[in-house]
Amino acid sequence: MSEIDDEVAGDNSDSNPPRQAAGNGKPAVSIAKRQTNRRRVLRTILLTGGVLGAAMSGFLPLVYAQKKRLRPPGALDEKDFLGSCIKCGQCVQVCPVSAIKLADLVDGVGVGTPYIDPRAQACDFSCDAVQCILACPTGSLTYHKPAFLPVRPGAALAAKPILLAKENDPEPTLNMHERIGVARLTRPEACLAVQGKGFKGQTRGAGFKGKLRYMDVDRWKPVKVSSHPYEVAECDLCVRQCPVKGAISIETVFAPDGSQHKSPVVHEPCVGCGVCEMVCPVEPTAITIEAGEVWKI
Amino acid sequence: MSALLKRRFFDQIKVLFGAEPTKPKEIGPAAQQIHFYKKGNRDLIAEKLHARAHATPSHKWRNRRWATLIFANLLFTLSFFLDIQILEGALTASRFVGFHLIDLNSALQVMLAHKHIINNLLIGTGTVLVLWVLLGGRTFCSWVCPYHLLAEWAEKIHLFLVSKKLVTDQNMDRRLRSVFWVIFALLALATGYTVFEAISPTGILSRALIYGPGLALLWVLALLFFEVFFSRRAWCRYACPIGLTYGVVGIVSPVRILYKLDGCFHEGDCRKVCLVPHVLDTVIKGRAVEPEVPIGPDCTRCGLCVDVCPTGSLSFDVKGLSKLA
Repeated sequence: MSEIDDEVAGDNSDSNPPRQAAGNGKPAVSIAKRQTNRRRVLRTILLTGGVLGAAMSGFLPLVYAQKKRLRPPGALDEKDFLGSCIKCGQCVQVCPVSAIKLADLVDGVGVGTPYIDPRAQACDFSCDAVQCILACPTGSLTYHKPAFLPVRPGAALAAKPILLAKENDPEPTLNMHERIGVARLTRPEACLAVQGKGFKGQTRGAGFKGKLRYMDVDRWKPVKVSSHPYEVAECDLCVRQCPVKGAISIETVFAPDGSQHKSPVVHEPCVGCGVCEMVCPVEPTAITIEAGEVWKI
Repeated sequence: MSALLKRRFFDQIKVLFGAEPTKPKEIGPAAQQIHFYKKGNRDLIAEKLHARAHATPSHKWRNRRWATLIFANLLFTLSFFLDIQILEGALTASRFVGFHLIDLNSALQVMLAHKHIINNLLIGTGTVLVLWVLLGGRTFCSWVCPYHLLAEWAEKIHLFLVSKKLVTDQNMDRRLRSVFWVIFALLALATGYTVFEAISPTGILSRALIYGPGLALLWVLALLFFEVFFSRRAWCRYACPIGLTYGVVGIVSPVRILYKLDGCFHEGDCRKVCLVPHVLDTVIKGRAVEPEVPIGPDCTRCGLCVDVCPTGSLSFDVKGLSKLA
């Protein structure tokens, strides 16, 4: 039967208090013990450095802040968002179309923070009420921005966006006050509408997994985009599927040389949900969401 | 509470923050009597029976704890996977059938970084605070934290390697955990970013279990590697600020391990299995100040010592209630 006594304690016993030199000048700490202690201090410093070094990598998203990702609706401005997001993924869980994903280590936008890749799956507001904002426990996604946080010019929506799906309801608006981005026709030369072309078939192909709410199919159940083929004489998919009233339309525009052609034109009510980007049939997309961008005239 | 136990209570708070436990200067008369009696009377038959009891260790509390830990984490996963919505979210923040629950350390990080506290955050934090005050503070660590379970298995490998003399446990200064706590709090406050959340293995693992694995798991693997080959339970012992936060909650908790001097043979097996052996300094021969001594707040209430003790000298106890086991 082994007995642990006060005087007997192995090398790796934590309970052994570091003995102080007694008042009479007798060295109470042996040389070996002192060496062990010194090594322990070095190791402790090493671990400190290791953990802090790893922690510093956590700051990378702040350094790479220019690499913007589309945040879920109601998100605070990027820096405030990173400070307040608790990385629980409750917004991920409530999204009916699984538009929200959590960032990984290499995404450079903060481990565990939510983002939307609209080309893969846009936010189509098929929840009707911006459930992700409701789910957020810390106010990272919020209906009402606290007063002390500034609103960037052009980020505020002129009016609450009207959701076409519930246009005839008593309360047709989405409870959003700021846009999360703006759609922009980044590759007009590729746009089918600009070229005057129509579109027939499944946009994004048969294997595309993205979902969308089609009111004529089911108001409450989003279905796969691939299950809903199109046949249009002049492509207007971005306008046709835009969930927000008055955010985008096909207009006749005049080129500097005097010639005229059709083109999708984005308007002020655009909230940056990304449906236009998701349904755009050309590869790569002709219309993209500029995340965190504000409305400019 | 006797004056001696009161002194020990405050000493144990210092131990929680990283101080080494010290030999008590004064032993109560009742305890003194037992210490004296033990020195003079050896019951050889009892010792033989006792040695035999060591051969059949119990795993009662360990099994209960593992089941609870796996169940809690599975509930998160299944709530999302099967969409049963019982426990939505991750360990950092969640809703239990609609009620907000927010991890204390994560909440603290967000409050310090964001400097704005909304009602849901406050409600969730308050609920969790009450919950863990009732259940024992660091009980969170050993009964819920998914990293704890992995680290426990890594510890087994580590101890095996130690027994084969292939590695040695490189122990460190426990005050480091308090230093980390302060550093991460200050970083959150100064930079406005919850930097600890980026490297918290608890958060990373919890999200990986619910939303699928990611590369962030490499950091968790690196920590486990470090613990297997270099330092026993290094993250939980010397680094994790979550543990310290819940440790502070445990100061006022009625759920604890109670030590009874009477039956103890002072073999120290409990200290060998313990994640935080400094809380068990009282079991060392001659150190118990009273016949019954509650174990301090850094204890994770994991019950390994209860399992390993054949005399029942260590048991779960709820202050003011009859014994649990």
